[in-house]
Amino acid sequence: MMDYERLLSDNVKSLKPSGIRKFFDILEEMKSGEAISLGIGEPDFVTPWHIRDAGIYSLEKGYTKYTGNAGLMRLRQEIALYLKRRFGLEYHYKDQIIVTVGGSEAIDLAVRALVNPGDEVIIPVPSFVCYGPVTALACGKPVYVETKVENEFRLTAEELRAAITPRTKLLVLPYPNNPTGGIMERADLEALADVLRGTDIMVLSDEIYAELTYGQHHVSMANLPDMKERTIVVNGFSKSYAMTGWRMGYVCGPAPVISQMLKIHQYAIMSAPTTSQYAAIEAMREGDGDIESMRRDYDFRRRFMLDGLKALELDCFEPKGAFYMFPCIRKTGLSSEEFCERFLLEEKVAVIPGGAFGSGGEGFVRMCYASSIDNISEALNRLERFLKRL
Amino acid sequence: MYDTNDILRLLEKDGRLTPQQIAAMLAMEPEQVKAFIEKSEADGVILKYTTLIDWDKTTEESVKALIEVKIAPQRGEGFDRIAQRIYQYEEVDSVYLMSGNFDLAVYITAKTIKDVAEFVYARLAPLEGVTATATHFILKKYKEMGCAYVVPSEQEERINFA
Repeated sequence: MMDYERLLSDNVKSLKPSGIRKFFDILEEMKSGEAISLGIGEPDFVTPWHIRDAGIYSLEKGYTKYTGNAGLMRLRQEIALYLKRRFGLEYHYKDQIIVTVGGSEAIDLAVRALVNPGDEVIIPVPSFVCYGPVTALACGKPVYVETKVENEFRLTAEELRAAITPRTKLLVLPYPNNPTGGIMERADLEALADVLRGTDIMVLSDEIYAELTYGQHHVSMANLPDMKERTIVVNGFSKSYAMTGWRMGYVCGPAPVISQMLKIHQYAIMSAPTTSQYAAIEAMREGDGDIESMRRDYDFRRRFMLDGLKALELDCFEPKGAFYMFPCIRKTGLSSEEFCERFLLEEKVAVIPGGAFGSGGEGFVRMCYASSIDNISEALNRLERFLKRL
Repeated sequence: MYDTNDILRLLEKDGRLTPQQIAAMLAMEPEQVKAFIEKSEADGVILKYTTLIDWDKTTEESVKALIEVKIAPQRGEGFDRIAQRIYQYEEVDSVYLMSGNFDLAVYITAKTIKDVAEFVYARLAPLEGVTATATHFILKKYKEMGCAYVVPSEQEERINFA
C-alpha cells in the first residue's frame, strides 16, 4: 500500500480546499433550471461573434502550433496599444508583456518570480481566493489585511503601513475588487504610493476588472509617478470581453521582472493557447464597442440589484466596479455561511458567503449581477420571501 | 449619463420591464420613466408591445412568405398609396420599400401554401399598379428581432467558483 499522505508535498497538503465546496454540491444536486445561481463570477454573455469567428478562422487556416513563449508578437503589440489607448499605460511589447493562461497564471508567475521563502505578501481581504495559496506555494507568507465596509473596502495608507515589516516583498492590489465591487480612485492610490515610494516593496496590481467601473475610469497604480517601476500589472480578456473559457490573460511590468517570469512560463506552460491568442488579437482591435455595450448592461443590472437590495433594507454600499454586490447580512442573525446554505436550500438561489473571500468577508454575501434581469428580479423576490420568514 | 432613448432600448429588448425597474436601472425617477413611456405611446414612438413566439414548437401550422412586388408608381402618390392598399391586409406582417430589382418587400403569414397563393393571385397581382410579383416561401427562421431561434445548448461542465 502506498502511503500517499507521507509522499505528498506538505506545502500542497496544507492548502485548504475552497470553503464552499459543500455548498456547490447542494447546487449540483438540484434540478437544472430550478435554482438561480448568482454565485459564479463570470459574464453571462457569450463572447462576441466576431471574436469567436477570428478563433475559428485561425483554426481553418491551420494555426495550431505553439506560439513564441511570450505570445504572438502581434498580440503583444495590440495589448501595448490597448493599454495606452484605454488606460494611458506604456509597455513595450518586446520585453515587458507576457501573454498568459488567464490572469490566474499571471498572478502565479509574478508571485513565484519575486517571493523568496519567508517573504511576506500583503493581501487585502476580502478578495479573490488565489493570492494566499499561490504565495504559500512559493513558500512566502501571506499577510492578510482586512479592508472595511466603512471605507468601501478600499485599502488605506494606515492599514498598509501597519502591515509592512522588513520581510514585506509584495503588495497585492486587487481592484476593482472581487467580491466587494470596491474600487481605488487616484487619490486612494496616491496615499498608498506615498507609503511605498522609497521602499523595496513591489505591487502586484490585479486589474482584471479594469474595464468594469461605473461612473469613473479605472486608474492603475502604474499610472502614478515613480510607481510603474515597482508595479506588475495583471489583466486579461475574461471579464471585459466575456472570454473566461478562452483562458487569455497578460502581465506587464519592468523588463528584469518580466524576463524572470517568462522563464517560469516557458517551463510550466510553453505558450498560451494559440487559437485563443488569435481571437484575442481581434478582441483588442475591434472590441472596444463590445466592452462598452456589456459595461452598460452590467451597469443597468447593478443599479437594478442595488435598488432591490435597498428596498429590502439590506445594508449594501454602492459597488463601483466589477459585477458584484456585497450586502451585509448581519441583521439576519445568521453567519454568512448559514445564510447562503439556507437561502439555497429554502429558496434555491445561490450566493456566496463573504467569509470564502477571507476574513473581513464574514457577515456579507457576494451576489453576482452578471445575470439576466429576469434572474436578478426573481432572486430578489425570493430574497424578500426568505428575509420575511427569518 | 443615460438618456430617454435608453428607456426605449431596454423596452425593445424586454417589453415586460416596469417603469420602476427601468427607473432603477437608469437611475431615474419612476414617474419620469412612466411619463416618458406614456408620451412615447401617444406620439407613436412606441407602437405596440408584442411577444416573439416560435410557432414551430407548437401545434400551430403556418406558412410565411416574402413576396417581391414590382410597381408602376402613380403620379403624385409614388409608392405610398399602393403600399397602403397592401399593408391593410391582415395576413401582411411587414411591408418595406426597397432599392434594387423590385419595389416592395411584403412578408405575409398564412395558414397554408394555398392561402399564400390565393393572396398573391386574387389580391396582390390584380391591384392596379402592380406589374409583377415573385413569391419566396420561408423555409426556416434563424433569427428574428435580434433573437436566434436555435438556443445554444448549455455547456456541460462549468466551473463552480471564480
